Amino acid sequence: MIYNIPFIAVAALILIGLYAVVFKRNLIKIVIGITLIECGVNLFLITLGYREGGIAPIFTNLPSGTSATMALPVPQALTLTSIVIGVAVLALMLALVVHIYRHYNTLDAREVRRLKE
Amino acid sequence: MSIESIMGDLLVHAPAMIIAIPLLGAFLTPIISRINGTLRNVFVISIMGLTSLFVGVLANDIFTSRVIKTYVFGGSQELTSPVVRILLEIDALSMFMAMIVLIVAFVAVIYSWGFMKEYTGLDKYYTLVLLMTAGMFGMVLTGDLFNFFVFLEITSIASCALIAFWTTKGESIEAAFKYIVISAIGALFVLFAIAILYGQYNALNIATLASVMKYTFLDKVALVLLVGALAMKAGIVPMHMWLPDSYGRAPASVTLILVGATQASLYGVFRVCFTLYGKSLSLTNNILGLEDGFPLALGTSLGILVVLLAIVTMLVGVFMALKQSDFKRLIGFAAVAEIGYMMLGLGVALLSIEPTGLSGSGLMALKGGIFHIFNDALDIGLMFLVAGAVYWATKERSLDKLGGLARNMKYTSIFFVIGLFAVAGMPPFNGFASKLLIYESVFQISPILSIVAILSSIMLLAVFVKVFHSVFLGPAIPKFKNVKEAPISLLVAMIIISVLIVFIGIFPEMFLNNIVGPATDALVNYSGYIDAVVLGGM
Repeated sequence: MIYNIPFIAVAALILIGLYAVVFKRNLIKIVIGITLIECGVNLFLITLGYREGGIAPIFTNLPSGTSATMALPVPQALTLTSIVIGVAVLALMLALVVHIYRHYNTLDAREVRRLKE
Repeated sequence: MSIESIMGDLLVHAPAMIIAIPLLGAFLTPIISRINGTLRNVFVISIMGLTSLFVGVLANDIFTSRVIKTYVFGGSQELTSPVVRILLEIDALSMFMAMIVLIVAFVAVIYSWGFMKEYTGLDKYYTLVLLMTAGMFGMVLTGDLFNFFVFLEITSIASCALIAFWTTKGESIEAAFKYIVISAIGALFVLFAIAILYGQYNALNIATLASVMKYTFLDKVALVLLVGALAMKAGIVPMHMWLPDSYGRAPASVTLILVGATQASLYGVFRVCFTLYGKSLSLTNNILGLEDGFPLALGTSLGILVVLLAIVTMLVGVFMALKQSDFKRLIGFAAVAEIGYMMLGLGVALLSIEPTGLSGSGLMALKGGIFHIFNDALDIGLMFLVAGAVYWATKERSLDKLGGLARNMKYTSIFFVIGLFAVAGMPPFNGFASKLLIYESVFQISPILSIVAILSSIMLLAVFVKVFHSVFLGPAIPKFKNVKEAPISLLVAMIIISVLIVFIGIFPEMFLNNIVGPATDALVNYSGYIDAVVLGGM
């Protein structure tokens, strides 16, 4: 059971994020929702790479003469890349929200709909 | 150094150079931009020219010898299994998509010269255009799922910034926000699916994954996430709302590249279905119902879904296009309808896949679908360029206020007529060749599908004839009395696309046999794609 907790957290984060994106009207909350989904996915990647009692995957760090288990390095590299991309997307989204507020004077998604007309 | 060895070196490193040149060019552009605007435009066009040299060399090699090329980053060591290297894998389909990306990006850069002249911030504009081009090349050339995700994100971030380029207008910002929300969520679910696959098979490489695919429950989840997210980015109907908005509000040159970006996502759908899950398509069954339920092959169940979505996409696209009054938004809905044709080709191919492989009408449908990717980029692209030229000349986007422009813009109206017939699938233009292939093959599966496809083509014709009448014909409007013909760079861009449209329309056989045929074979023959990596190293 204890090993499943990270996966439950992943599911919870993604579902809460999706809920925020779909049902919230405030644009900032939509951005927060997307960030939550991203956190969920990153947590999933990291959890996949974890081995029980594993140490950091630095080869020279291995105590000599022992054969300790290492955490998988690939998911960590993937997560780092994903975090960097996430920051870029987040910054871009917030910049757009700032611009939307300037043009529309509101952050309510129901009122930001000039395109439909 | 003999000329052969230089050509050999070019060929060996061409896959990496195709991505690297636009990427490095993107970051040189702001520096060159400090010197002079004209120099920057020349520089960007020459970067595109250099890229097309490499694409040409590689395409020539791949289409004549029909080999699959792999390019491994990080040393010349042999590949070991499991493959955890950054790897480009280029087969005929990747090359086919790379040609589309090259054409749209090249034409868009030429078009931008005149179209964006009066705006400031062009150093950033060209940087983003080159970044987006690099991202699209990466998406179609990569052999690694995680790499695909990274390039997907590069493309979405750059295209979102480009959609919002006219920041003075609230509508473009709104369209860009919609786009980034859709593509961020889509890309995150792609990453989630990649993580699911990695967790099971300890590999990120498409070929390695395909070779060990067991089609477990988790693989089904990953398949649904991948196809759903990529279809969302390609603009399939329940998730199409972002597409007309962002196509309509981006500068016309950007819209042309966006068409290419959408199709790079569509390429992802094709690749996931036929290569990643290629072995599972005909050999594994989904059990419907509990215990001893009704078994249905994966190809069939996926095919039914894709065909249904394709039909809805075509119908919704044309019906929504009928009631639009904004020129570019209308073309955006027509683009949604056109995506339906490619999905129809894909869906029918999935339906008719047999354990022995794909043949007969299924293969023809897939050929039509792939051929239509190319034709759609040209046809819809030309329509957007014409709409952009009209906007450039009149600064007006509403169809109700435009009129009588054929008097002042002779050439532009001729290009519109060419685009109109090509989109509607009339001979002798290229849309006819691919749509006929789709109609014929779909008819074998179910005549109703074929009728719907033809019907929506006729509706497209009706929509665009209406547009032609309201924009170019009719009485002269005093406001537009002094409207000038579009500048030379816009005309050159439209001429390039029109020449391609007419050329492919007149010689479809040549194009089908030499380019579309190998691309389709490469897609269907998943074992070749797998062996190029898995056997090559072990």
